[in-house]
Amino acid sequence: MSVLLFLIPLALLLGGIGLFAFFWALRQGQFDDLEGDARRILIDDDSLQK
Amino acid sequence: MTQAVLSNDQSNITSYAPFVDTLDSNECQIYLFVTGATCAACIQRIEGTLLSHDYVSYARLNFSSGQLTIRWIGPQSKIDDLVKSIRDLGYGVNYKQQKNQKDETESFLLRCLGVSAFAMGNIMLVSIALWSYDTAEMGVSIRDFLHLIVAAIALPTIAYSGQPFFRSAFAALKHGRTNMDVPISLGVLLACIISLIGLFEHQEHLYFDSAVMLVFFLLMGRYFDARVRQKATSAASSLLHMMVQVATIETTDGKTEIIDARNLRPGMIVRIANGERIPADCEVLTGQSEIDMSLVTGETLPVAVKEGSNLYAGTLNIQSSLRASISKPAADSLLADIVRLVEKAEKGQSFYLRIADRASRLYTPFVHIMALITFVGWYMAGLPFMECLMRATTVLIITCPCALGLAVPVVQVLAVGRLMRMGVLVKDGAALEKLSSIDTIIFDKTGTLTYGHPILLNKDQISSQDMKLAASMAISSRHPLSLALVKSYDGPLDDIQVTEVPGSGLQTETGIRLGRAEWCGVNSKSTQENQFIELYLSIPHEHRLVQFLFQDEIRDDAPLVIKELQNQEMGIHILSGDREAVVKEVANKLNIESYDANVRPEDKVRFIETLKENHKKVLMVGDGLNDTPVLSAATIAMSPSSAIDMAQNAASIIFSGQKLWPIIEAYNMAKDSQIKIKQNFVLAIVYNIFAVPLAVMGLVTPLIAAIAMSSSSLIVIANSFRLRKGKE
Repeated sequence: MSVLLFLIPLALLLGGIGLFAFFWALRQGQFDDLEGDARRILIDDDSLQK
Repeated sequence: MTQAVLSNDQSNITSYAPFVDTLDSNECQIYLFVTGATCAACIQRIEGTLLSHDYVSYARLNFSSGQLTIRWIGPQSKIDDLVKSIRDLGYGVNYKQQKNQKDETESFLLRCLGVSAFAMGNIMLVSIALWSYDTAEMGVSIRDFLHLIVAAIALPTIAYSGQPFFRSAFAALKHGRTNMDVPISLGVLLACIISLIGLFEHQEHLYFDSAVMLVFFLLMGRYFDARVRQKATSAASSLLHMMVQVATIETTDGKTEIIDARNLRPGMIVRIANGERIPADCEVLTGQSEIDMSLVTGETLPVAVKEGSNLYAGTLNIQSSLRASISKPAADSLLADIVRLVEKAEKGQSFYLRIADRASRLYTPFVHIMALITFVGWYMAGLPFMECLMRATTVLIITCPCALGLAVPVVQVLAVGRLMRMGVLVKDGAALEKLSSIDTIIFDKTGTLTYGHPILLNKDQISSQDMKLAASMAISSRHPLSLALVKSYDGPLDDIQVTEVPGSGLQTETGIRLGRAEWCGVNSKSTQENQFIELYLSIPHEHRLVQFLFQDEIRDDAPLVIKELQNQEMGIHILSGDREAVVKEVANKLNIESYDANVRPEDKVRFIETLKENHKKVLMVGDGLNDTPVLSAATIAMSPSSAIDMAQNAASIIFSGQKLWPIIEAYNMAKDSQIKIKQNFVLAIVYNIFAVPLAVMGLVTPLIAAIAMSSSSLIVIANSFRLRKGKE
């Protein structure tokens, strides 16, 4: 059962990374304009470069 | 859709420079509100156009909210070129004030939801092992180890994600009240404490997973609820924040300066150009013009003003420029008076109790009493203290209003979303509930039952030559009748020089006149009494007079809508400030028996209050500033999107387009959503009828509690999705 000592922290770590990524995305404002981002994928990168 | 519904006109603002912020980095920044962007190409065109200017450093359009942020280096006045370049692309641009503080509730709930979802996933992972093997197989030490991990995940999660409930419960208790959050908080906290004690006593079953799941499901309901409310308030507040204006003032050294109209003070001299809105109440110093007062009085025809006349804030100067002296600061204007009248009327309806609140009022004491009975009962029956507390907690958890908490918000989110796709914007969470209960509808006439702008009626009787002449003259005027004339003529126009005589009409150099009856030499007293608006064209050298008859036309689908409402046995009235003859004509055409003409706003309010005293539930549909207090006095109010800002703010529901049919759609949707909500309550109650006795008897294990709780929530959500689809 000592495998649990390894697996459970690993599971928590992976979950924690997911949670951290979610918070990061939220703070970056990636949830601010869901509809706009869905459409921006159609815009060529170089056309908006400056 | 929202943006299209709410588009309003700021085209009379001559410069946006007063609204530009200067950032620390020496950059200028402005937030604008763009309407008409519908696709990726729009985003690209708008941002691309802005970035093609060398001085623009940042341009980003938030497609969901319509907000465009621009930053640039250089003078503030550059903004006017930028605005013009977007307008030239064919999009609407308005300035939008930023809210002072951002509403954080929604994103906080989302964070709480994220944390509890993470915790729930990981606890399940461990729980599967706990539930699928009994202690004999697993061994006590492994089981305790797994319990310890569950506790390590659950406790911080509850402490963080439970905050919305704990805060609300604490606030309620502080004021000596209870609400739905009190039993929730109590249940969750007790479950944690008992499980923690159980953990040290090496017990077999712990409640951590139930507590976390409970928090997750409840947060989901909260988040939906917050989203509906957020959407509603942001729609309303964006209207308020768009009500900005600039004014051109004369400074002491004779120069002019453009300032924010909120900074106007009495005694300042303003210049009001043709086509501008009056920035604040003022008195004309020099100049003659005509003012479109429809915003204030609802009257279709403009009023002539000259030196010494008083002008009211919000009305439109449609003829020639004026110089005026401000008499009252913007905050004391007539517009502000009407706002106060609205606020007064709104206080009258704040006693309305939402169905969810009524349910929780009955529910909360019930839950507490059941838990208490369970505890005392088992204690008297001789069970140990901890076991009694455990069973009481099970009652709290199993009765916890998950299903009840989801019953209303899920239906609301769906109904509001579907209505929005049909062009109906619901601004207030309780609106659908109120709408479903109405039995009387009151319509305003101008702009609601009718289109609100006059249409030429006797085009067939006018020779095309006269029509061409009249339209060529009318093209140089902004009078509503001139606009209607030009609109109904689609041939080529002659270039004719005309002078505009304020209050009378238009005149050419050769003496041809287009204007009022008396001015064109017609002496007809009888014309005042009929339902038409008249305009005459007099051609002196041919001794001819041509009569143009205008009428405000009834909306295409108004008869259909009225008939449908009459089929549903709804009481229908028309209340209008317009002339008797006009109102009668409309009422007859629509087959409405009850109507009142020449009604002032105060009388309208009184009329509605009398109806309400007779226990009628009144829906008011109106669009003008004069309707605004009435809209607030009614049980619920609707406005077409063409309505002025004030009316849109007072109305809980706004519908777009040229049709009245959305009223029926909204009403049907409201009724159906109420049925679904009631069904959800019944489902939740049935669940409790089965679950509570079992919990009281102590037969429910944490596993059953967790399964029962989540399945009841899922059933309620599934039932909500049965809501009518409606036509898009």
